[in-house]
Amino acid sequence: MSILTYALHYEGEFNKNSLGAVSEGAKLAKELGGEAAAVVVGGDDLTDELCATLGQYGATKVYRAKGPEGLAQPVVDAMAKVIQDQGFKYALFGGGLLGFEIGAGLTARLGAGVTMEVTAVKAQDGKLVAERPILQDSAIVDVGYVDEPGIIIGRLNAFDIAEPGSGAAEVVDVDVQLEDHSTKAVMVQRGEQRGADVNIEDADILVAGGRGLGKPEGFELAEALAEALGGAVAATRAVVDAGWYPYAAQIGQTGKTVAPKLYLAAGISGAIQHKVGMQGSEHIVAINKDPNAPIFEFSDLGIVGDLNKILPKLTDAVKAKKG
Amino acid sequence: MPTAPIEFPPPVDSAKEFVGPPTDPADERIEVGVAIVGGGPAGLACAIRLTQLLAEEEALMESLGEVPVALVEKGKGPGSHLLSGAMMKPSAMQKLFPDLPEEDWPTYGTVEKDALYLLPNGKRAIPLRPTPPPFRNHGNHVTSVAQLGRWLAQQAEDAGVYILGETAGAKLLVADGRVVGVRSGDKGRGRDGEPLSNFEPGSDLIAQATVLCEGTQGHLTGAAIRHFDLGSEDPQQWELGVKEVWEVEQPLDRVIHTMGWPLHFAAKYREFGGSFLYPMGEDKVSMGLVVGLDYRDARFSVHDALQQLKGHPLVARVIEGGKRVAWGAKTLPSGGYWARPRQLWAPGMAICGDGAGMVNVPTLKGVHYAMHAGMFAAEAIFERLKAGRMCDDLSNYAAKVEGSEIEKDTYRSRNMRQPFARGFLVGGAIANMMEISGGRFPGGRWATHDDATVDVFIGKERDYPKPDGKKTFDKLSSVFATGNATRDDAPNHIRIQDKVPLEVALMWQNMCPAQVYEVPDEELEAAKQNGNGKPDGGHEVKLQITPSNCVQCGAITAKGGRLTPPEGGDGPNYQVT
Amino acid sequence: MKICVLVKEVPDAAVEKRMDPNSKRLDRSGEKNLNPFDTHAIEAAMQIREGGVADVDEIVAVTMGPESAFRALHKAVSLGADRSVHLTDEALAGSDVCATGYALAKVLESESPDLVLLGQQSDDGECYTIGAVVADHLKMPSLTQVIKIDVQDGKLRCERQAEYGYDTVDVELPAVISVGDAINEPRYPSLKAIMGAKKKPLDTKAAGDVGIEADRVGEQGSQTQVLAINPPPEKAGGEIIEDEDTNETVEKIVAWLDERKLLA
Repeated sequence: MSILTYALHYEGEFNKNSLGAVSEGAKLAKELGGEAAAVVVGGDDLTDELCATLGQYGATKVYRAKGPEGLAQPVVDAMAKVIQDQGFKYALFGGGLLGFEIGAGLTARLGAGVTMEVTAVKAQDGKLVAERPILQDSAIVDVGYVDEPGIIIGRLNAFDIAEPGSGAAEVVDVDVQLEDHSTKAVMVQRGEQRGADVNIEDADILVAGGRGLGKPEGFELAEALAEALGGAVAATRAVVDAGWYPYAAQIGQTGKTVAPKLYLAAGISGAIQHKVGMQGSEHIVAINKDPNAPIFEFSDLGIVGDLNKILPKLTDAVKAKKG
Repeated sequence: MPTAPIEFPPPVDSAKEFVGPPTDPADERIEVGVAIVGGGPAGLACAIRLTQLLAEEEALMESLGEVPVALVEKGKGPGSHLLSGAMMKPSAMQKLFPDLPEEDWPTYGTVEKDALYLLPNGKRAIPLRPTPPPFRNHGNHVTSVAQLGRWLAQQAEDAGVYILGETAGAKLLVADGRVVGVRSGDKGRGRDGEPLSNFEPGSDLIAQATVLCEGTQGHLTGAAIRHFDLGSEDPQQWELGVKEVWEVEQPLDRVIHTMGWPLHFAAKYREFGGSFLYPMGEDKVSMGLVVGLDYRDARFSVHDALQQLKGHPLVARVIEGGKRVAWGAKTLPSGGYWARPRQLWAPGMAICGDGAGMVNVPTLKGVHYAMHAGMFAAEAIFERLKAGRMCDDLSNYAAKVEGSEIEKDTYRSRNMRQPFARGFLVGGAIANMMEISGGRFPGGRWATHDDATVDVFIGKERDYPKPDGKKTFDKLSSVFATGNATRDDAPNHIRIQDKVPLEVALMWQNMCPAQVYEVPDEELEAAKQNGNGKPDGGHEVKLQITPSNCVQCGAITAKGGRLTPPEGGDGPNYQVT
Repeated sequence: MKICVLVKEVPDAAVEKRMDPNSKRLDRSGEKNLNPFDTHAIEAAMQIREGGVADVDEIVAVTMGPESAFRALHKAVSLGADRSVHLTDEALAGSDVCATGYALAKVLESESPDLVLLGQQSDDGECYTIGAVVADHLKMPSLTQVIKIDVQDGKLRCERQAEYGYDTVDVELPAVISVGDAINEPRYPSLKAIMGAKKKPLDTKAAGDVGIEADRVGEQGSQTQVLAINPPPEKAGGEIIEDEDTNETVEKIVAWLDERKLLA
């Protein structure tokens, strides 16, 4: 009962979310009495040394294929071949855009069952069962697979990264003939940063703003409070896409994942795509005028009220308190 | 200095702004046979009746073109903006669907038992036996009009009616003294009315006859009454109802009405109203509180009084262990017979249902009148069209209404609401005599008055319960429960003077069940400073208005403002109210 | 160019959604509507047509779903599609992602589009996957979560936000592209378009009409099964303050932060 994962890399480093998937795969494979391996697809920067480091997270083998980076379909070709040649029973992905695309592509290629947005996986009677929260996390369904292989796509950062061990994975080169259609999408530019750079990942305190701030200028209130608290300002995807705040400050499924000591959400409803990026925060304070905003369900302190009234006064009070 | 909201009229001239000639180029106008504005019981019954009649007159149907009957509805669809108690009298459904057994109606069936209680305070309930006639509901169907509307819409669509949801009737089209159709509202305007990138202008819908079935506080109805001078010498009055639907553990076995607490009895408050609890099948209860908008205390809030009412043992027992599944608010016209428009039609146009004040206030009945009126309008228009005539003279519609139970019932109770302006106790005694005498005593014509002319004062703080989110709820969480997803940057559809004396501002703030109007803290503070440390009015404050909360109840139009339709599709999306 | 837009009927946002404990499927009774994300896909198709670079002959809305789903198609047509195709069959009920993607691919094959557009997620829970499943069946290149599409030299230049920032990708046609809601602001249908929608051609097709193998769809053809529906783990509810007196509220927040040594 072996599990295959995909490890995404960029500029010579593996993605944290992928390391979580590799760690989870290794843990589950052990419970099933099998092995965990990873597939990597890319160019010359996938050195033997780099690939072998996945062994530190429990992968016994790393299948390395040549192919373009940052696109899903070449990876689907590689993983389908490895699964078919080597008889893997499950494919496991961390969240993120590529994980969803590759997992979905494999579903079609292999006629396999897929579960996405998975937050936990358990071994049950020698098989894997995926737990998936549904309907705004109001219920969790256990999903089993009728047949193998089964495909599991985790929610972003659902799987913890294991403490690195000393193991080194065996690196196996695979020769994959890419499908015709897998060559018809070509990366023109990758990883372009738009807007000013803001370092939110290292901040202990974050004031995050959402649509509820009302307008781009609303961020001035968030900035003033962040300054008083000695923190940085973050933003939701909605406001970044709307151009209110730079991409570098974006938290969530397609943005950054943060776990500060204090996360103060101003005018953020708490959609699931946002939640995955900040749920690890130690203390969550939310201010929102909508008493039904989902964010109140996972905040430690919730304030139902008007940001325009509360933020300026809170900023003054924090300043006064800190002297 | 006593102050009344009427002294601060809304910046609007409805007859000028909302009535005018078609403006689209002739080849872009949309031509239909009959245009109906409003997908409520009146409009849908009118549409269905028309298709029934036209079905037997193929040539006539053909002559009306590709779209013989079109119905525009400002909500997401028919039902989205519908809310009522409601105990529906069966006569209209029986007429419209003679072959449909009552058990197949989209209702919750009839209820055997009735009860009426006087609540002297928050603890006691005095049963009034036998139940007075207006409160008897034998044979009437417990109904969710939101559901009834959806069902009727399905019947109408199946019969070939074009139902155009998310489409507001924004302007009444009048040319050469006759109504020629309606213009739909624009979509995609920003907060200040500026066109956004996806701006879509409204369209002229040209019809041989236009039937206004807009319900309470009809936007075009109000404009038409002014433009054609159709109004009565007695002004219309309104009551505001706030209701909730609860999933309950124990079935309720009877229809319950209450009077009294938590309303104030003393005459100076002029608080007239009552509550209802209707069983919706085995597992749900519809409950609400209806209060006349001629009350005086700016601190009074129907929504919060309903929350308070739930603490009364009589009500608490019913909802114990249950869960609120819906909330909503709506006004109903209560001026009765005298306040109804003097004329129910103008050339090319008829007015039906709540918009024409067709509500029997003592019995809280109007759904079946609306449907009857819609059917009468359909029949009257059909007669004219069949005779090959224009619909310029629709006096035949008015004649049908006058010969019907709408006329008979509302005439009988024509004076019953007015005495309550003298306070609950005196009013109750007079109304009781009227009821016993079948409306003959004391007779005469008791004048109605405009709700906005009533002086307002700031009373003592009310002891409304603090919302706990389980049994009692605040206004905002209630608005969210309606499915209201209006854009935050939608233009303001509420016409109002935003700088008014504190008592008027507070009255609007507390009256509105959807928290549209707020007196900002600093304004309140300033008013207190000016008023010797007390918020005793006089000082002008600037209101903050959040129109996206609005659930289109219409109370503001009764109390010195003017509601206009929001962008089509905005507002609540009621499901079971 | 012929564009097919995949659309879906979903429970209206105002309807409280729940799982049917018996079928272990989403209870789809109650009011339904066109999935809001799909309106962005239709708008994207319209902007390609109106952009003038590509010659778009036809925009076809395609759905798979119960009988009632024709309403979603009417809405799609009122927003600009020229006609619509409704794949509906009892045999399809209960299909999972794998089976749904296969069935949609089969109905799309019968249309031979140059471009398939769809919304990146649906309001009722499925997300980011259907596009890639369909693409693999059709052997077309595919991108999901696209926020900008330009037609250049017969190809699509697409932008999207990926793991490390914004990616720009050139995609040859035919292709399957799923779009995010940031890609555009969907238009409102004109009254004429709403009225005209009923008159536009709507083909209803059964599974057999497009060569769908019955054992690959529906509950039987699904590769996953819901074993259990559980409540979420209990979380100690946070404290809630309703802001009535802002000064008091702010005092409480500061005290709360201070207690947790967050104001050091």
